[in-house]
This record gives sequence, structure tokens and C-alpha cells, in this order.
Amino acid sequence: MTAGEKKEYWRWQETCWIDESKNWRDAKIITAGIDVGSVSSQAVICVDGELYGYNSMRTGNNSPDSARNAINGVLEKSGMKLEDITYVIGTGYGRVNVPFAHKAITEIACHARGANYMGGNTVRTILDMGGQDCKAIHCDDKGKVTNFLMNDKCAAGTGRGMEVIADLMQIPIAELGPRSFDVDEEPEAVSSTCVVFAKSEALGLLKAGYSKNKVIAAYCQAMAERVVSLIERIGVENDFFITGGIAKNPGVVKRIEKLLGTKAVETKLDSQIAGALGAALFGYTLMQKQGASAKAA
Amino acid sequence: MITAGIDMGSRTVKVVFLEELKVDGAPQLRWGVKGKHIMFPEDLDADQAADKAFEDALKGAGLSRDQVKKVVATGAGRKQVKFATSDVTEVGAGARGAVFMCPTAKTVVDVGAEEGRGVKANAEGKVVDFAGNEKCAAGAGAFAESMSRALQLSLKEFGEASLRSDKTIPMNAQCTVFAESEVVSLIHSATPKEDIAKAVLDAVASRVCAMVRRVGIEDEVILIGGMVHNPGFVQSLKGALGVEKVHLPEMPEYVSALGAALIAAEGND
Repeated sequence: MTAGEKKEYWRWQETCWIDESKNWRDAKIITAGIDVGSVSSQAVICVDGELYGYNSMRTGNNSPDSARNAINGVLEKSGMKLEDITYVIGTGYGRVNVPFAHKAITEIACHARGANYMGGNTVRTILDMGGQDCKAIHCDDKGKVTNFLMNDKCAAGTGRGMEVIADLMQIPIAELGPRSFDVDEEPEAVSSTCVVFAKSEALGLLKAGYSKNKVIAAYCQAMAERVVSLIERIGVENDFFITGGIAKNPGVVKRIEKLLGTKAVETKLDSQIAGALGAALFGYTLMQKQGASAKAA
Repeated sequence: MITAGIDMGSRTVKVVFLEELKVDGAPQLRWGVKGKHIMFPEDLDADQAADKAFEDALKGAGLSRDQVKKVVATGAGRKQVKFATSDVTEVGAGARGAVFMCPTAKTVVDVGAEEGRGVKANAEGKVVDFAGNEKCAAGAGAFAESMSRALQLSLKEFGEASLRSDKTIPMNAQCTVFAESEVVSLIHSATPKEDIAKAVLDAVASRVCAMVRRVGIEDEVILIGGMVHNPGFVQSLKGALGVEKVHLPEMPEYVSALGAALIAAEGND
């Protein structure tokens, strides 16, 4: 079976964007954040502490290559060279494997910092729903982490599970959220949390006569319930902000908001870049403090 | 009297026929299945799959439907077998079948596609206690299957590869999704495939063993379910349980179906 024969429904949109209104050549300090996650990798470039460009793509099976590919996308689009970047910080689970990074910072700190930039300094609670993890983070008005919780034993309620459902239903992943609302009545959540069991259960529901949309709704509800139980352990304090790939799935997000009784802060930016953005911003703060001119290795 | 047991598992359907015979005036039971079990086909829904498996098995055994007096269903999908006269839990059916095949074994370990469990049975094959995986696929066949895919080995090659390794590499991840990433990292760090296969099967075995320990491990253990076909897993499990004798039935995936047919014959359904 080759990729050409089978449609890859799980594939989400990879994006490379730069802010055409800014000229990086005028900037004093250029920093980059590289977030090598389990499923997706992002590179963000900030000029003088402002978002300039980013690239978001699937993590390959080699962390250094994923990091290089991610940053190369932005560099090519902007005509920048790696040497033009003053300071690079790696984050995410592959953060120690970013060959050109000067420093590594945990993704928890970076997501809080990124969310603080994207959602404003009133953001106190962050839910990061990534490819293989789900974290509830509490932070202060500077975006500094004060508490956090994460799923470290089980992938239930993560993006990987959503990818599995997309493939099973043969529906592109971006359509899952909207389709989950196209049901006559809201079904009960899928009872299994385990990704392996949920797949069988979803198949069973289809065979029992559920429509695809209804199964998707049941799965979105299960994911929402799962992450809400995590975030409630840390307490939701406004403002509330969601980062990570699943933030793009309204089927999950709207159900979380309903369960929590509070709306998440909206952003026009790509929620998946929060970690890399936070890393780039940390780099900027560090450079400002040092007033130094370290150049990328 | 001829009875049938049908086991609707998460992946496969198994059918067993049982005939009561009089040998020297005393009733004896003989079992057999001539029809093959069928994989749960994706294009069939549950009741069609049950029908197809049953028809195939009847044909294989040279029986007609009305010769079979009772059909007892078991397994996760037992409620979906419309033509069954009654149903029993897979825990009860597995224990009954296992003790019938191996009367000296009191601890039954059942590892199928999506479940792993330890069952303590009495001499009649009745369940005294059991513990299983309810929330998580770690400790089940699907876990091993997922990892064999990550290693690009067939299930057969996977089990055999494990036997060639004597290394003990701990696996940190319990979750199937996380473990797949861990296996990929091991591949990238140039760990030989046989060592990874052993690490995976050791992990499944240790997880299963933890469940069995909750019901108590007796000297004689019988292992049933599809994972019996994986020699690497059997080896790892023997090590983890630390018992002398682990009985391996000949057709391990049929034991629960046999148990259901026995329960039907004995009128205990």
C-alpha cells in the first residue's frame, strides 16, 4: 500500500506564513523558537519581540531534520539566513535535538508565554491539546507558569486519537469538527478513552447504525470530557486560552466551552505555533537582558 | 445432543460444536470445529459476521442448523448474535473452556486482541475471581500488533524475532500511542529489531502478569486467546509469571467458544 493509493485523511494543513508588512532587515534582534513536537513541528521567527513568520509541519522521524525543515521554510520565504538570527531556543519533546539552538526550554513554559502573547496578558488558564499530549497550565500576568498538569500515561484526548478517527471515518481531519454538529441530537460520548478501544467502539457504533457525523460527535464529546476532567483539577481562571492542533477543531472546543461554562479567548493566529512563539519570545527577553549579539551557531 | 458456542471477539468470530456421546453408558463430551474462525470483516456488520461464521462452521462440520440444539454466545459482541439461545460472559466462558482442556490448571490467563485478563477458576471451571484491563489497551494483542507494524514485521516474524534476543530493554510507555513513538525512537537509535520486539513483548507480559497477580498465581497456569500463537510473548510471560508450567492449548483462540458450548451442554447458561 503506497501513499498514492490510500488517502491520508488525518493530514492537517501545513502552513508557512510571514508578515509582509515587516522588514526583518530593520530589526535589532531576531529570535527563533523551534517546537519539535511528537506529531507536529513549528518554527517561529520574531523580530524585536513581534511575530514575524512561522512554519508548521508534520514532525518527521528524526528530530534534527524536523527542526531544520521547519526553520528552512520560513528562511526561504523571507530571504533570511540562519546566521541572521541572533538567538534560537528549542522546545517540545525533541527540544534537545535542535542542532542550531542555543538553549532549550520546556514546552509548558513556552506555551504559557506564547498564549500570553496570542491571547493577551489576562490569560490565566491554558489548555494545550497537542498530537500526543494534553496539558492544563495556569500562569500569571507575565505568562509565567504557576501550576500545570499533563497526561503522561495515556494518549486519550489527544490529536493522535482524532487522526485515527479521521482515517476510520475517511473524512479529512479539518471537516470533523463542523460535521460533529450536523446531528439531530447530541449522542452520548464514546465510553472508551483509550485510543485503541475508542477506534473499535467507533466502528461498533457505525455498525450499530450511527451516522458518521454522530460517531464523530460522540468522539468529540469524549475528548472534551477527558480534557475537562484534566483542566478542572487545576481550576479554570479567566481568561482561558486553548493552544495546540486540537484548538482548530470546533467540535472539541465548543464542547469544552459548554462543559466549562466559559468561552475560550479567540485568536486569528494559528494555535499550533504557541510553543514555538513562546520560545522565540523567551529568546528576545534573554537578548534584551544581555544586550548581546550572539549569532546562530 | 449437539451444542454450539460462538465467541464474538473484537476482531474475530469463533465457532465450536460440542457433541455429547455415551461411552460405556456414561455421558462424555467431544468437541470439534471443522470450520475456520473468521476475521471480523470490515464490510460486514456484527450479525452478518456471526451468521457467516456460523454457516461456514456448520458446513465444515457437516452439520445442519436444526441439528444444533443450543447456541450460546460469548465475547464482547455476544449480544449481537441474534440466533443465540443465550449468552455468557467471556470471563465465564474462557474459564470453563480452559479448565475443560486442562483440569489441573486453576489460573487462566486470557490474552486476546483487546483484552488481557487473569481468571481464578475452581475445579468445575467456575470463576472465583478475575482482573482485566478495562480502560487501556496495554497488555493486549492490539498493543503488540501496533508495535509489529511500527517495526514493519509480520506478527509471526515479530514473535520469532523476540526469541532471538536476550536483552532486557525497559519500555517506559504503557499507552499504545506513546509506545509507538518509543519504538520509533529505539529504531532510530539503531537498536536491533529483535531486541525491540522482546522489549515490547516483555512489556505486554509484565502488564498481563500484574493483572494475574491480583487474582493470585497458582502453580499451573493455562494461557488462552490469540496471543498463544506468539512464541515470544509466551516466553516473556513464563518469565514474568515465574511458574514452572504454563499449559498452551492447541487451538487457544477457540477456548472461550468451547466454554460457551460446554455451558450450553451442561445447562448452566
